This record gives sequence, structure tokens and C-alpha cells, in this order.
Amino acid sequence: MMFIPHSDAERDEMLASIGIKSMDDLFEAIPKKYRFPKINLHEGMTEIEASAQLKEIAEADLSVEDVSCFMGAGAYHHYIPAAIDNLISRGEFYTAYTPYQPEISQGTLQGIFEYQSLIARLTGMEAANASHYDGATACAEAGILAYHQYRGKRKKILVSPGLHPHYAAVMRTYLENFEGVHVEIPEFKSLDSVTPQNLADLIDEDTAMVMVQYPDFFGQLFDYSEFAETVHSKGALFCMSVNPIALGLLKTPGAMGADIVVGEGQPLGIPLSLGGPYLGLFAAKKDLIRKVSGRIVGETVDNRGQKAYVLTLTAREQHIRREKATSNICSNQGLNALTAAIYLSLLGKEGLQDVARLCYDKAHYAAEIINKIPGFQVINSTPFFHEFVVACPEPVSEINEHLLHHGILGGFDLSRMIPSLQNVMLIAVTELNSKESIDDLCRILSGEDNDEES
Amino acid sequence: MMKNREEKTIFEISSEGRKGFRFPKSDVQSAEIPDELLRENLPMPELSEIDVVRHYTHLSSLNYSVDAGFYPLGSCTMKYNPKICEKAARFSGFSQLHPLQPVETVQGALLILYEMQEMLQEISGFRACSLTPAAGAHGEFSGVKMIAAYHQQRKNSHRKTMLIPDSAHGTNPASSVMCGFRVQPVNTNERGNIDLSSLAAFCNDELAGIMITNPNTLGLFDENLVEAIDMVHQAGGLVYGDGANMNALMGIAKPAELGFDVMHFNLHKTFATPHGGGGPGAGAVCCTERLRDYLPGPIAGVIEPASDEMPPLYGWKTPERSIGQIGSFWGHFDVIVKAYIYCLMLGRDGLKRVAEFATLNANYLMHALKADYPLPYDRICMHEFVLDVKWPDAPDIRALDVAKRLMDYDFHPPTNYFPLIVHEALMIEPTETESKQTLDQFIDAMRKIAKEAHEQPDLLHDAPVNTPFGRMDEVKAAKDLKIAE
Amino acid sequence: MNIIPGFYYSKNDEWVEVKGNKATVGITDYAQNSLSDIVFVEISVSEGDPVEASDLLGTVESVKAASDVYTPVAGIVAATNEAVIDNPELINTDPFGKAWLIQVENENGIDTSGLMNAEEYKTYCEGRG
Repeated sequence: MMFIPHSDAERDEMLASIGIKSMDDLFEAIPKKYRFPKINLHEGMTEIEASAQLKEIAEADLSVEDVSCFMGAGAYHHYIPAAIDNLISRGEFYTAYTPYQPEISQGTLQGIFEYQSLIARLTGMEAANASHYDGATACAEAGILAYHQYRGKRKKILVSPGLHPHYAAVMRTYLENFEGVHVEIPEFKSLDSVTPQNLADLIDEDTAMVMVQYPDFFGQLFDYSEFAETVHSKGALFCMSVNPIALGLLKTPGAMGADIVVGEGQPLGIPLSLGGPYLGLFAAKKDLIRKVSGRIVGETVDNRGQKAYVLTLTAREQHIRREKATSNICSNQGLNALTAAIYLSLLGKEGLQDVARLCYDKAHYAAEIINKIPGFQVINSTPFFHEFVVACPEPVSEINEHLLHHGILGGFDLSRMIPSLQNVMLIAVTELNSKESIDDLCRILSGEDNDEES
Repeated sequence: MMKNREEKTIFEISSEGRKGFRFPKSDVQSAEIPDELLRENLPMPELSEIDVVRHYTHLSSLNYSVDAGFYPLGSCTMKYNPKICEKAARFSGFSQLHPLQPVETVQGALLILYEMQEMLQEISGFRACSLTPAAGAHGEFSGVKMIAAYHQQRKNSHRKTMLIPDSAHGTNPASSVMCGFRVQPVNTNERGNIDLSSLAAFCNDELAGIMITNPNTLGLFDENLVEAIDMVHQAGGLVYGDGANMNALMGIAKPAELGFDVMHFNLHKTFATPHGGGGPGAGAVCCTERLRDYLPGPIAGVIEPASDEMPPLYGWKTPERSIGQIGSFWGHFDVIVKAYIYCLMLGRDGLKRVAEFATLNANYLMHALKADYPLPYDRICMHEFVLDVKWPDAPDIRALDVAKRLMDYDFHPPTNYFPLIVHEALMIEPTETESKQTLDQFIDAMRKIAKEAHEQPDLLHDAPVNTPFGRMDEVKAAKDLKIAE
Repeated sequence: MNIIPGFYYSKNDEWVEVKGNKATVGITDYAQNSLSDIVFVEISVSEGDPVEASDLLGTVESVKAASDVYTPVAGIVAATNEAVIDNPELINTDPFGKAWLIQVENENGIDTSGLMNAEEYKTYCEGRG
């Protein structure tokens, strides 16, 4: 029987030792009327059959490995070094549970401690937790932290329109049941208006937290140092949602004065996988750490004098605090946090600078030549990282359909999330886009392929 | 003298100038970056590939895992994780899909999501399903929020009380509070069932609903379940099912038929996807017809029906009154693929056998251990059971000591100190994937430990000694609070 | 278990020592014992804050549990104990002395109605096993 090792003889022996006659006798507590319902499913398959079927299904999908990918908008196609999959495929890592027994879980615990350290260093913060589900839920948990920090007395969570629209939506879903809390997101008017200056005017004494994205959803980069001072002068917390690859190059949120840093950790070696599972980064100043939800690993010693690691600050968590806990979070993204730690360890100081630099340079090369194509215009007027916004002469969906015929997965159609942005594409460029592939994109955008099918 | 098993951190083994990975030289010109946007330094480690591989391989050797041995962690369903699931989830047609790709280019993935939704509905009897929740607690949050939205829609916002049995998981009260509810505990009676008179006291027009784990965290099928559900429905409340213990019910009973309105599934428990040292899991939420409009979206659906020549076109649909989006994208697709293959391989009969053998294994262990360990609720259990480590003739021994000593016998300890209503609880869930031989070895170890507890209690107090590390100074960790280096 | 005669006690295991219009508040020996090693103390009110009886005054955390502490009496916060924040273990070693948490002043006198005396508190604790 599939994955059940018992022989019939063993089953009977076990039943006899319990003192019952049949398997059905195990379920007498269930009212007869509801017992053993008909389940209308197919019969089981062997591994050979299931594997063949899955292969066939997978072939119906278009893998980004088989095209040239310019799509980003919160999920990015980066190279994943081979050593990563090899290491995280070790059963010792992926078939373990949350490290409740530190004596036999130091692998997971030290891995998470190193992950926390790497994220703290990368973001310029003092502390990080062992991860949330993804970038969006990390933003929402930051909002909840701010609510508790002011004991519910400050009611406004101010969110930049430059935050990923999905993240903003998730913040609303999470926070709307907290008494009186209001997630304020100024309406998107134009790219020019998505600036720290415009957001600063909306901070008031009722604001618990201000949330910006860096680089923002449209790729824009700002130095938020002065802005952070404004936020603090009103007594609010300042939270930045970051792209960790960009921090290989760019000024850290810590240096700008952020109190909390969240972000999507997927670019750190985690496959795209249609959107999940990803990794919610969460770092903070040390004095906020007791308000940070989720697992945290700390250093200690064991009774043999060895340096070791344990889950710490667990007294704040849901299984002890129950209805007084600040969050219901129970799991972390352990294996993905480990992936990110291995990615950062492998790339190291130079590799991380290199990949950030490659993304930056290639994106700027692409923007420069796309901007020269008649009918296309790059709208970004401020510095950007590896994503930028292009006004197009036709609906993006039509352009993308055309690009796809040429093996190119075009940029994201912004009208899908922001309806006022018709014919506007968000293009992402990473180290995996060669100059040749960027030139191809431009050639096709400029209509130099008329001899082929349209 | 024992071997020191400390492993230096990646920062300690870092050596200036080393590289573990090289990127190709840039094929475009370098672009200008304003100085004020550059970071000052990048304090990342510098290691070669072999440094990194050895470091993490060493770390892995310090972990216990399902692949290495028996992991009877109650309520966690640490069953075997089939290898084919890992392999297939890594197919490029699954792992390398951008979440925002046009739906026409991800029809295979959407088919999997759609069929997984259908399978979960068939197993549970529910009418609708969303796969977007990232974990059990996330599914629970979604389900409870759906109950809040349902009452709001009916202008019943005064329904603020969420009832939670005292045996429940800690996530239940925490999720309820996040959704704006007031938590009211309900007592468990001496047979381990919901106390109906305690319940009756709260069945009034402030009642929003009840959260029930069934089988409950004592491992028992609640004999008052149907009546309790009826009482809550009569009072205008809805019933949330915590599906953490679904491994005992597949093919045995359908939660929707029992009267549950909404429930989450832990794909990483019931459907054999790995736990990954804490995650990622996946926490599908399923519901009846009357709650379907509130499900978190988007959900995989048919947007163009099949025709004679063409298969159906799958796409994303967001329910009309959805509680909204709950994550960056559409859920933990990679985990769902693994659960899907598992369901394909087990099929109708296999899934029922899972519940049967999980229950058989638990009863076999319980029966064998009850002579040596106090068993507070002595009746046929489902997939798990709870012992209470309180021996009058060994008063210094606590559940924790037994748990720690088990590690010296190469077993992972059961869940301890949960549920809270059993003071010295050891909660044991063997799962169906363990053989009789493994269970017999475990019984043997537990009997030896019971004997040691009475004759050489220090063996337990000092345990574990055969593990890479000994007991930890948790006070130091919390006081010094060194959480990064 | 130590209980100081002459102090007042709440059901949430806070003690109050009243001297004139001033009250000193802390947590009891029973409370510290059930929490075990205290690792963190947070006092969330500041000097000058008005407080009502049963307002949250802070949190005491051990490795086992985090427990909210409430002021059993109303008034204006006259002082908070910085020493206990720096040395949380004081709560374990001297709960009724050096580990006081806040002082409250009330010009209309300290209202201790609803609180237990030492005898009553002793019975209350014994009842909890």
C-alpha cells in the first residue's frame, strides 16, 4: 500500500492487541449516519503513472527558462546557484519540523540565526525575525506592530501609493478588523506625484506608521533620510519594504532611519513557482524586537558549555499568550529562510554587489534604448533600480501577445492593478537578461519583425 | 569526553577576498548611480563554494528529521514526505512560472490548482475552496474573517463572541482577536468532549461562532460534536473547523456533513508535504455554499468552458464579497503541487487507508503504553492521544524529562505541555507511515524510561546525553538577547 | 510563599503598599514564583500619567510566559522603577522591595476597595493550588 508499510498480518496482530476485530471498530465514536461517506475520486496511481501525468501537465506551462523574461512587479527571475538546491534537498533540513527541541535541531536553529544576522546586516538594522510568509504579509504584520506599539491610540497607517498594490491590499485585509484602524493610501495620480514630499504632508499626530517601498513599485529610488526625520518628528514609526538584491548596492534603510524593514525575499535564491512559497523579510530596531511577531532565534549555551541556539522570546507567541498574542503566526518559512541564507553566503560581499550592479546597468541600458523607439517612452524621471515604467502606443496585452510569439515574456501590464495606467508597461531587467535579449526586445517593439506573423 | 559539536558561524569562517559564486562580466555599459544612494559598506561573509557546502552539510547533521527517524509530534502529523513530490515540484513547468504570466501560459498550473480545490471539496464535502492561505494559521485567519464578513453583511455586527474550547490550538484565540472577535473559552468535560451546558450559556444573539478542532487535541472524536454544532447554528452562529487533525478523518467522515461551515486544511500535515524546519506549508480553506462568496481570492476557475475541440480555459476568479487578498500572490503553489501528486497516488481508497492506519497506529501505541503511563482519557482514540506524566511514586519527573530522555533513545519527543488542560501532557501522533516494528521500538523505549523514572530519575533529569547538544540555558538566551551577529 | 501583612493585593497578583496619599505597586512573590526566571520588564506608563484602577501598567516576561500587570489603584503616576527594568531578576529576588514597579499618588487618597488584605490573599493563593 502506498506509503503505508503494514502487512495484513501485522494489521491483524495490532487489532488483536488493541482488542478489536476490524478497522471499522476504530471509528465507533462517529455517528453511524456520517461514517464512511462515499468519496468520488479516482483510483490511486503508481509513481511511474503520476510522474508521467505531472510531466505532461508541466509541459502545458511556459517556463520562464524557455523565454526571455522582462516581467517583475514583485517577483523576479534571478539565477539560482546549483549548490542551493543541493543543500536544501537534504532530508535533514526539509523533513524536520519547527525546532522545538534544540538539542536535536541545531542545524535549523543556527541556519535561522545566520539568516537573521544576514538580513540585519543587509538592511542595516539590529534585529530580524525568522521570516514571515511573504512581502505582503510582512507589511501587514508591520502595521499590526505599529498598532500595538501605540496601544491602539494612533489609528492611521499611512501607505505610499508606491507600495506594491497587492501589499497594500493585504494590509487592508489584515488591519481593517482592528478597532478604528484606517489604512490610508493616497490615490495614484501620476508617477511624478509618487514622492516622499507628497506623502510627508499626510503624516499627522494620529499616524502610527508610514510605509514606503524601496525601490518602489515603479522602480523609483529616493533617499528617505529627511523623510524619516519628518515621520519621527510626528512620533510615528517608519517602515520600508525593500528588494534585498537592490541593497547589494544601495544605501540601507537603517542608514536612512527606518524603524522597521520588511520585504520580499524571493529574489534571494527562491524559484518563482507561480508566486509562492516566498519569504517575508522582517527586520527592526532592537527596542522593537519584543513587539515583532513570529519566531526568533537567539544565542545561548547548553549544559555542556557549547555555544548553541534556541527559539527565544516565545512567551509572546500565540501558543502561550493565546488571545493576547499580537499575531496568530505559528510557522515561519524555515526552508526558504535557509535558502536565502545560503544564497547570501555563496554570493557574499562581492557577488551581491555584482548582481545588484548587473541588474542596475542592464535595466538602464534597456531603458535608454527603449526610450528611443518611436511611440515608446520611459516615464521615470528619478533614479530607478532594475524596473521602470514605459508608456506604449498600444494596449500592453496586445504588445505582450506579440512578444510572446517571439519567445519574450514582456513587462507587466500596469492597468491590471492600476486601471488609470492604460498602455503602460512595467519592465524588469535582471542579470539573466543579456544585452542580446534586450536588443531583441527593442527590435520587436520597434516593429522590425514585419516579415513574420503578426 | 564528548566531541564538541559547535559549528562556527558563516561570519567566523569568512575569509577576505573569497568568492563562492561568479557572475559573467557585464555586456552593457555601466550606468551612473547618484552617490547619496550608495551604501557605505556591505558586511557580508566571504566564502568559497566548498566552505558554504560543508558548513550547511555540517549543520544538517545536527538536525533530527522524518527521514532519519520516528517523529511522533502530536498535532503536527510528521508523516513521510514522498520523494517523487519533491522531484515533480521542481519541474521547470512548475517552479519557473512567474505569478503574473498570462493565464494562457500557465494552464497546467491552473489545472492543478483547480483539481486540488475539487479534490479537497470531495474529501471534505464542502462546496468551495481557496488555496491562497500560506499556512494553517493563515487559513484559520481567513476562515474566521469570513465568519466576520458574513455577520457584517447581514448587519449582525453585534455578534462578537467566538467560542473556543479550552483544548484548542493557541492560534484559534489569536486568529479570532485579529478578526475583531471576543474570545470565550468553553469547557471540556470528563470524557474529553465539549461540555454542552458550558456551551449553552453562550448561545445567545452575541454569538458569532465556534472554532472546533475535531478530532480534538486530546485525539478524541467529540461525542457531542453534532449536538454542539446544532446548538451554535440554532443560536445564529457559524462553525469553524480547525482541520489540523484531518489525517484522522479522510474517507471516515466529511466535515461539511457533520455541520461545519468553514474549515482549513494543513497540506503540510494531511497531504504529506514537508515541514521544512518550520515552513513553508499551505493552508487551504474550504466552505459551504453560504460562505463561498467570502473566500479569499483569487481562486482557480474555468473562465471558458471546454468545447468539442478545446479543453476548458482556466483563469483566476475572485469571489464577489471576498474578504480580500491575503498574500503577495496566489498561495504556495509549489507546496500544492506536492499535495496534488500525493492525492493522485493515494486516490480514493488510499486516502481512507491513511486515516485508518493513522488511527490504528495511535491506538496500538496508546494501548501498549497505558499500563506504564497515566492516560487521562481512556477510550478509543483517533490519530493521536495524550498521556499525563504524573506518577505519585515519581513526583519529580515531569513530561519534559520523559521527552528529553526519548532523544537518548534516538526518537523525537512527542509534543509536550499541550493541550493545556492536561498539565503534564505528552501528545503522541505516530501517523500511518510508521511500521509496527518502529512502533514496537518506541514502546520499548517508553517502557524503559518509565522504569528509569522510578529507579534512576537522574537519567531523566540529565537527559539528553547522547545528542549533539544538551539542555539549553533559555534564560540566558532571553536575557542577553543576542539574535544577530 | 511570602506575603507581607499590611499590604493590599489584587486577584491579578499585584501588591499595593499605601503610605498617605501615595501607593507603591509591584507583583507578588506568588506571581514571580509561577512565572519563574523573569527576563524582561516593561513599564508602559510614565511619570505624570493619570491611571485608573485596572489600567495596564506594563508587562513582565519570563521564558515561560508574558504577563500583563495592571495598576490596582487610581491616581497620577509619581515614579517608575528604572532599576527593575535594568535588572528584571530583582522581581525574583525581592518582589516586595527593590522590585516595585510604579508609585501612584492621589490627592483624594488611595482607594483600596475591591482589593484583598494579606489574610484574604493567602487564602486566595492556596485556593489555586
